[in-house]
Amino acid sequence: MLHTSSHRFLRCDSATRLGLVAAGTVLVLLLSFARVRAQDKNPLAGDANAAKVGESQFRANCAFCHGLGARGGGRGPDLTRAQKRHGNADGDLFRTINQGVPGTAMPPNGATQQGVGMTDDEIWQVITYIRSVQKKAPAPVAGNVSHGKELFFGSANCATCHMVQGKGGRLGPDLTTTGSARSTEYLVESVRNPNRRLAHGITEGLKEFSQEYLTATVVDLHGERYLGVVLNEDNFTLQMIDTREQLHLFDKSKLQLFEETRQSLMPAYDPKILPEKDLQDLIAFLLETGLAPEAGQ
Amino acid sequence: MRLGVWGAAVLRPYKGFAMRLRLALVGLGFFLAVPVRGQVTPQRLLDSAKEPQNWLMYSGDFAGHRYSNLEQVSPTNAAGLVPKWAYQTLAGGKFETTPLVVDGVLYGTGQDDRAFALDARSGRPIWQYQRELPADIRPCCGRVNRGLAILGDKVFLGTLDAHVIALDAKTGNVVWDVTAADYRGGYSFTLAPLAIKNLVIFGVSGGEYGIRGFIDAYDAATGERKWRFYTIPGPGEPGHDTWEGESWKIGGAPAWITGTFDPATNTTFWTTGNPSPSNRGEGRAGDNLYSNTLLALDPDTGKLKWHFQFTKHDDHDYDATQVPVMIDQGEKHLIVQANRNGFFYIIDRGTGRLISSNTYAKVTWSTSKDAEGRPAVDKNGAPSPEGNRVCPGAAGATNWMSPTYDPQTKLFYVTAREQCDIFSTAPQEFEKGHAYYGSAYFPNDDTAPFWGTLRAIDPLTGALKWEWKHPSPTWSGVLSTAGGLVFTGDAEGNFMALEAASGRVLWHFQCGASVYASPMSFAVEGKQYIAVAAGSTLFTFGLP
Repeated sequence: MLHTSSHRFLRCDSATRLGLVAAGTVLVLLLSFARVRAQDKNPLAGDANAAKVGESQFRANCAFCHGLGARGGGRGPDLTRAQKRHGNADGDLFRTINQGVPGTAMPPNGATQQGVGMTDDEIWQVITYIRSVQKKAPAPVAGNVSHGKELFFGSANCATCHMVQGKGGRLGPDLTTTGSARSTEYLVESVRNPNRRLAHGITEGLKEFSQEYLTATVVDLHGERYLGVVLNEDNFTLQMIDTREQLHLFDKSKLQLFEETRQSLMPAYDPKILPEKDLQDLIAFLLETGLAPEAGQ
Repeated sequence: MRLGVWGAAVLRPYKGFAMRLRLALVGLGFFLAVPVRGQVTPQRLLDSAKEPQNWLMYSGDFAGHRYSNLEQVSPTNAAGLVPKWAYQTLAGGKFETTPLVVDGVLYGTGQDDRAFALDARSGRPIWQYQRELPADIRPCCGRVNRGLAILGDKVFLGTLDAHVIALDAKTGNVVWDVTAADYRGGYSFTLAPLAIKNLVIFGVSGGEYGIRGFIDAYDAATGERKWRFYTIPGPGEPGHDTWEGESWKIGGAPAWITGTFDPATNTTFWTTGNPSPSNRGEGRAGDNLYSNTLLALDPDTGKLKWHFQFTKHDDHDYDATQVPVMIDQGEKHLIVQANRNGFFYIIDRGTGRLISSNTYAKVTWSTSKDAEGRPAVDKNGAPSPEGNRVCPGAAGATNWMSPTYDPQTKLFYVTAREQCDIFSTAPQEFEKGHAYYGSAYFPNDDTAPFWGTLRAIDPLTGALKWEWKHPSPTWSGVLSTAGGLVFTGDAEGNFMALEAASGRVLWHFQCGASVYASPMSFAVEGKQYIAVAAGSTLFTFGLP
């Protein structure tokens, strides 16, 4: 295609070519300006019927990660919250849905290789639906954020394994954005009973987000034992990080023992170890951090 | 449009010179008497087993076996397989092609409806073609194409904007281009067509849009449409009364996987996909013929001989679009299919009578059989507003990826996906050209993760002989060879050779991307190659 069009240009004299390029550039700029303007405001805002249709669209296109009712699912954030991490304005939501969020599991519209993708109208319908179920104002944070931060990086030992905004350990998931991605109930459960739900990886097309934090025990041919977390694996090789954050790369056929379990390496923080009030402070810290605009970007 | 290998822009200003050069070369040809490579006649297609060095159609033969008679690579030397060459389309999305090979030339398709001819020894391009697609196409599930058919001196391509195109096999030039349907209504082609006699047969895609499905036959020489079989009967036709009201007009039932052909009875077998909307039965009460059905058609006329519907009134997107494999054992002439709905069906090929249906993967949507012995829908498994956990999940116990039948081991090998999903309803009005699913699905919250497996099944009993587990559900098809091997890939990017008799893995290669294709095998100058697409690359492997 490129070859043909450049060939056409070759036939023009250079003045005509410059004129065409200039005219074309102006046209493209005008069109993209019109498009940006068009995407700023939801033309269907407040339309109850659009919200209803949008719910169906949401179920078909978004619920896979964001759950029925937009309250968050296995992967995607709870969208009923008033504050959205990648922008609250209609235009921001449109952009997030249409272009995805690079570096996260949120794909551009139509790029999942699973469904059809949505038209602009259908995206606005989804936004209308999200607006209809979202809370009016950010929920007041119950706990003490600064005490939660002290606990996280101090006596609760969370930072030994978890990172927030670049500080902390690497054995467990980075928790910078978890406050926006998970419900409070999920966070509480993950602290009290970490084995209940280990993150599920997304395989295939979104393979780069495969990590499930399975616990691995390995004994190599020299009898050396390793305990840690699986970073990735296939049928033939294993990539893991041990409890001292050392990276190990194994050929599975050259191991005496390889066991993995969905038992988390994280200890369960029962109320004796972490009283209810401290837990609330800790959650408050995670919510505050996660909801900070563009946290961790 | 066609992209010349050396760049159309460079060559075109010298068109006059090129023409003179071509004339001179044609003149020279009289003296050199270069041996002309034979055309692919209908008889050669019938006798494909006699030329195992070539791969003449999507499944390798009319029976749908995806079996190669080549035996150079075997369990004794498979561990020594090495990459021979790779060809990159540099296109994104799922690369699903099964290439054809004819007399040393490999013909394939890439994502976005490109086609190419390569030197099968080196992977060097001979020509490349790129269909110029309209900007507003929105085909479901990625822009994909599974391959070409070849007949005479042409290769045939079905496009995402619902055109049927014949390309000159020597140059990639368009010989004819016919509009089969309006892509704005959700119609598209993704399958590799099937050439029978002087016809090329295409089934349409678009089950996510509320299309009215069809199977078309075109005259290979002229592009003239010889017949169309609507997979949803019109008013007055048998089966029309299996649709509520006007729902038949938008009832789906696409036919997006390549069929098979039995020359002994002059019957071609095609399978169809889901009724639309795919996951919501409300508004289309009835069995919804011929959705999720095996169709036995006369290839000359498109006339229906018999049909067998696998899943009646489906609301789980259980397309029956898996290659219907023909198996002959003694007096038994069978069609077997490992269906997306989790059952392995054995059907009499002459009559369409069901012989047996047993599960080959986890199934919860059906817990009983109907009067004819076919799995009946359990109403408790229907999608609901709150969501209902059902196995297999929306992608099915298997899908379009090809199984293989090995006449030496007499085993049927199929990729199975052990994954359950939560199905929920999402009512919507029909709007032409817009997605029309009627529901949603998402992964269930089981603590047990999903996984995939390659299963070796006795096709006469449905009994499992062995299995090889993949870490996650895969979209790779399977190839078997006379060397005693089966080849398959996984979602983690490995392509592997297994001993056909035992399931022992003998060799593997990391392709660097999930395999979304079915492998094939060919030979040039006495050397066997195995080819598979992964990522945007077509890989070939052989002995050093």
